[in-house]
Amino acid sequence: MSQSQIEIQLIAALTAAACALPGVFLVLRRMAMLSDAISHTVLLGIVIGFFLVGDLHSPVLVLGAAAVGVLTVSLTALLERTRLVKEDAAIGLVFPALFSIAVILISSYAGNVHLDTDAVLLGEIAFAPFDRFTPFGADLGARGLWVMGGILLINLTFIGLFYKELKLSTFDAGLAVALGLSPVLLHYGLMALVSITVVGAFNVTGSVLVVALVVAPAATAYLLTDRLAVMLLLSVLVGILGAVSGYWLAFLLDASIAGSIAAMLGVWFGLAFLFAPYRGLVAGFQRRVRQKREFAVMLLAGHLLNHENSPQAGVENHLEHLGDHLRWNADWARRVVRQAQQAGLITLEGQNLRLTPAGRRQAQKTLQF
Amino acid sequence: MDLLQLLHNLIFDYTLRTVAAGSAVLGVVSGVLGVYAMLRRQSLLGDAISHAALPGVVLAFLLTRSKAPLVLLIGAGLAGWLATAAMTSIIRSTRIKQDSALGLVLSVFFGVGILLLTFAQRLPDARQAGLDTYLFGQAATLVERDVFSIAGLGAAALLVIVLFWKEFKLISFDREFAASMGLAVNLLDAILTTLMVIAIALGLQAVGVVLMSAMLIAPAAAARQWTDRLAWVVLLAASFGALAGVGGALISSAGQGLSTGPTIVLVASLLVLISLLFAPARGLLPAWLRQFRHRRALALQPPANGEEP
Repeated sequence: MSQSQIEIQLIAALTAAACALPGVFLVLRRMAMLSDAISHTVLLGIVIGFFLVGDLHSPVLVLGAAAVGVLTVSLTALLERTRLVKEDAAIGLVFPALFSIAVILISSYAGNVHLDTDAVLLGEIAFAPFDRFTPFGADLGARGLWVMGGILLINLTFIGLFYKELKLSTFDAGLAVALGLSPVLLHYGLMALVSITVVGAFNVTGSVLVVALVVAPAATAYLLTDRLAVMLLLSVLVGILGAVSGYWLAFLLDASIAGSIAAMLGVWFGLAFLFAPYRGLVAGFQRRVRQKREFAVMLLAGHLLNHENSPQAGVENHLEHLGDHLRWNADWARRVVRQAQQAGLITLEGQNLRLTPAGRRQAQKTLQF
Repeated sequence: MDLLQLLHNLIFDYTLRTVAAGSAVLGVVSGVLGVYAMLRRQSLLGDAISHAALPGVVLAFLLTRSKAPLVLLIGAGLAGWLATAAMTSIIRSTRIKQDSALGLVLSVFFGVGILLLTFAQRLPDARQAGLDTYLFGQAATLVERDVFSIAGLGAAALLVIVLFWKEFKLISFDREFAASMGLAVNLLDAILTTLMVIAIALGLQAVGVVLMSAMLIAPAAAARQWTDRLAWVVLLAASFGALAGVGGALISSAGQGLSTGPTIVLVASLLVLISLLFAPARGLLPAWLRQFRHRRALALQPPANGEEP
């Protein structure tokens, strides 16, 4: 690997980690689409900031973008509070309007500056290593490394400082208010965080794919754990995994890095969706099959107990009879009987089924409910 | 440029006439379908579908090497439909909620689209000019034939709405009741979603991926403020959509550097703002005025027992 390859992967991994952290809270608070809205509207902040200072790398741009991010959230909340439109419509009204203003500003006033919508929407991380951070002439590595590292640090600090408060207001906003916390303040703090992160990630992934970095790792982690701390850790890991695997996919296909990262994040989510230990599709399917069989075994034991020692026992407790009585087909009946035999609940004498003492106890216990 | 000149151009300038007509038809179709999206709280589904359509557009191009709008439209429709299916299955079979499912599917599909786009750009015969317009929309590239195909497909979609008027109304307002009446609720859902996918695919060329969602939401949200009757909301949304389309096309033709898509969206947003503020029954200003008048009426009423308050 050349130095620039390593640098690209490092920047991508740092960006993914920085995005994944606030993403967890957005997913848990059901506000994931706000990241989509913010990722579009920060463009307006960048444009205005650029008009003010005339430099694409000035920190003023980050501040402007964060301000517009918070403005987006406030406008959405304001619209929603009029009760004239629902939350989803409010989001969908605010961000296209602000984005349109930004696009028009760019096309009418910044035509010959390097600030095109293409770059903002799609990003190009491949050029990131060429943009060096050189204070006082010393080459300290790619600028993206420093920017994303700094943003990751800010996110870690915020979440570390307010972990308790964030956790409480996420899962029980009512209790948080009752205890004297201010969920509103935390909410806007979090949104400022998302805005700053999105602006930083812009150069790397472009605005739409930021949404992938914010939402996908958190959604994947959400399928794997029930603990907030574990979810934060897992989502960072998934984000980094997606970033690095995406880089290599792009390398193999010689295609867009940002697109590959989003695609790989989708792949990792798909794997979790199918194979997550408890919540995955496969695990759920296996659980249903197992439960169906366990239930059938208990039903069989109960049936045998019912007719034990009765005059019809010879007829009722006969392998052939299960088809009539429990409406089981022959194949399923044989499988259930074999399962019950293996569990030591019944014995088979010719075609007659008998409960073992253990089976009798189990059946009695089941029938008591 | 004065108003008469604009009007003159609207009739005699080929490009402007085509763009305005295309945008107007588009506004009508997306306005009508947006009403149902809004009522079913699926406003952001449009945003997700329009992003998710990108891989379909690019793949259709890669497979056929054709930039004919109809081919790309079929690709967009299929991808949008697939994305909707993916979202639905994520929401149904996990605890992930709608917002995360939307964000996830939107960004991953779009990412795959960007990935494929790099292959399309590499083709020698194909400078991706035609594909670029799907990202940001370029109404100016519309030609008369496009307008006719937009109008034809749009009319078909509207016809379906009229045919299933009763059914769509019922599933939008009371799904459970509709199901208990024996309506095939899931099938009707699928039809409505398919219509929405068609509307979005039609609009992509004119306003682009990012702004298409506004074309669905804004006319519907504006129309909703003026009346409580579905038929009127639908008609108003169609008119607002058309107004935004024509208005946006006219304004952008008059100004320097005003791209059509964003201008249309801003006109639509302005309509929403006006509706929110001034609509008689629900609007903010009339409500505020009513409250003010009530307060004065109450303040002037002397207490019943004649004492000073």
